[in-house]
Amino acid sequence: MKDLFAFLWRRGLAGGLTVIGAVVLLFGLIQFVPGDLASVLYGPRATPELRAALAERMGLDRSVPEQLWLFLSSALRGDFGTNVISGRPILQEIADVLPNTLTLAFAALGLSLLLGVPLGALGAVRPGSLADRVLGVFSVVLITTPSFVVAIMLLLVFSLALNWLPVAGAGAAGDPLDQLLHLILPTTALALGWIGYLARLIRAALLEVLAEQHVRTLRAYGVPEWRILMIYAMRPALIPVVAILGVALGDLIGSALFAEIIFARPGIGTLSYNAVASRNFAVVQAATVIIVLVYVTANISVDIFSGLLDPRFRRATAGDQP
Amino acid sequence: MTRLLGAVWHERGGRTGFGLVLAVLLLALIGPWIAADPNKIEVQIRFSAPSLIHLLGTDNLGRDLFARVAFGTRSALTIACVVVALSMAGGICLGVIAALSGRVVDRMVIALLDIISAFPVYILIFALVALYGTGLGKLIVVISLAFLPQFARVARSQALTLKHRPFIEAALLMGLSRPLIILRHIVPNIIGPMIVLASMNVPVVITIEAAMSFIGLGVQPPATSLGTLIRDGYVFLDQSWWPIAGSAAVLAVATLGCTLLGEALRDAVDPKLRGRL
Repeated sequence: MKDLFAFLWRRGLAGGLTVIGAVVLLFGLIQFVPGDLASVLYGPRATPELRAALAERMGLDRSVPEQLWLFLSSALRGDFGTNVISGRPILQEIADVLPNTLTLAFAALGLSLLLGVPLGALGAVRPGSLADRVLGVFSVVLITTPSFVVAIMLLLVFSLALNWLPVAGAGAAGDPLDQLLHLILPTTALALGWIGYLARLIRAALLEVLAEQHVRTLRAYGVPEWRILMIYAMRPALIPVVAILGVALGDLIGSALFAEIIFARPGIGTLSYNAVASRNFAVVQAATVIIVLVYVTANISVDIFSGLLDPRFRRATAGDQP
Repeated sequence: MTRLLGAVWHERGGRTGFGLVLAVLLLALIGPWIAADPNKIEVQIRFSAPSLIHLLGTDNLGRDLFARVAFGTRSALTIACVVVALSMAGGICLGVIAALSGRVVDRMVIALLDIISAFPVYILIFALVALYGTGLGKLIVVISLAFLPQFARVARSQALTLKHRPFIEAALLMGLSRPLIILRHIVPNIIGPMIVLASMNVPVVITIEAAMSFIGLGVQPPATSLGTLIRDGYVFLDQSWWPIAGSAAVLAVATLGCTLLGEALRDAVDPKLRGRL
């Protein structure tokens, strides 16, 4: 139990430091941009008043370390200033649309698990069978087709040609059914690749576990094959799947940006995209910090969950990994 | 080398990947030579379906799509190869330095890699393009930076296993200079897994470049890439499917072929890498 707490503390501390490091890196990258900070952040709208306000807020007349401290502390407090176009606090604008993006990413993650794990198990039951080979080919094709291309194809077929599902937006507020209908296509577009990937991962892990001695012993004791597969082999085989969920979520949030742009769905992606188009970097910067926070938190949770599932994992991350 | 190619050829996936990559390479290399002028505008034949004269049809301005796709494929492959080569070179430098230096430098490099990896790849690329602006050179540098950590990590762990091998210690005792040891003894011994990792990242980079170009933050017109072609097709989707069909199909074939070939290469070089790369 003691090593578990030590593990939690270490993992949380490392995560916190990583987020701080990421904000410092962002500050450093902004310093390298030619031109003054006001033009970088506000683009062509940098009026003298805005410049003066920014200089005051960011301490531009002070030394670089002091500026870094101001940047870091305001970012960690969630104070990203005001959107010069809409006049609203940037944090508020992000908080408005972040749930949309996270819903999409988590829905896609859920769908990938829901379909990927059974499909992988199906392949592992009879390796080399026709079903296994078809699934193998199918997985590779799903993995390699870019999700934004899938999104366009789905939009083309189900919205424009068949007219089954809505084309754009996130659905009317307060109407869960409408929101669900709007979620179907982007979720499918994002999930397909990960369904294929998880299916392959779980298939390989199951085959590895099924070849082990204790499975042979279970068979010798006459335990039914489905019980061996679904209960005794599935648990260790799920460990690599859990371990990759953090990476999966990061990838899904990234791909969600493009899906949002294609489906004109309000979210972090459309917000950042419009900000880039109107040269309003302040919004992109805030969105980036928030996503890093979400991503690092997700990775810590995944590590903790892996640690709970598999005690070996706690020790594996304790020392230096070779 | 022939043994390696033989092993790649032995697997069905390797053969398929090889064939698809060869087809895409031919399109990129020879396509622009045999194709019509990709920028010749013939508005009267806009949105024509594929024919013998226009193999993939024509776009909204009547430009030959086969020629445009051929040029787009060429630039997509070039960008992907340059990006992967840059991240591999940078990753080897950083990884080997971390492995061979003392604990402090090693820790600092690892912290830097962890911080870069705290940004999901697409988010980092998106933010940096927003910050530094669009442009081919900038795009290449930005994507290379996002892919640097995985190369550096693999290079570091490979170099760490070599560090205490007798032939390295012998070279050190003989008084060979460190740069020489790195170039002559370390790099040749870690290059195998690095090339495998590079080949597996080529399709990912192709996808990212296409996605960025698709939303208008990558390759800028008049230059073409598969992403800009898909974007052009997407805008006129309600009038014709042909402009998007050709470029999307070539993109899918390119990523599929590169992935299959990369995986076959990985299995041929070292089956133990299967789960790790």
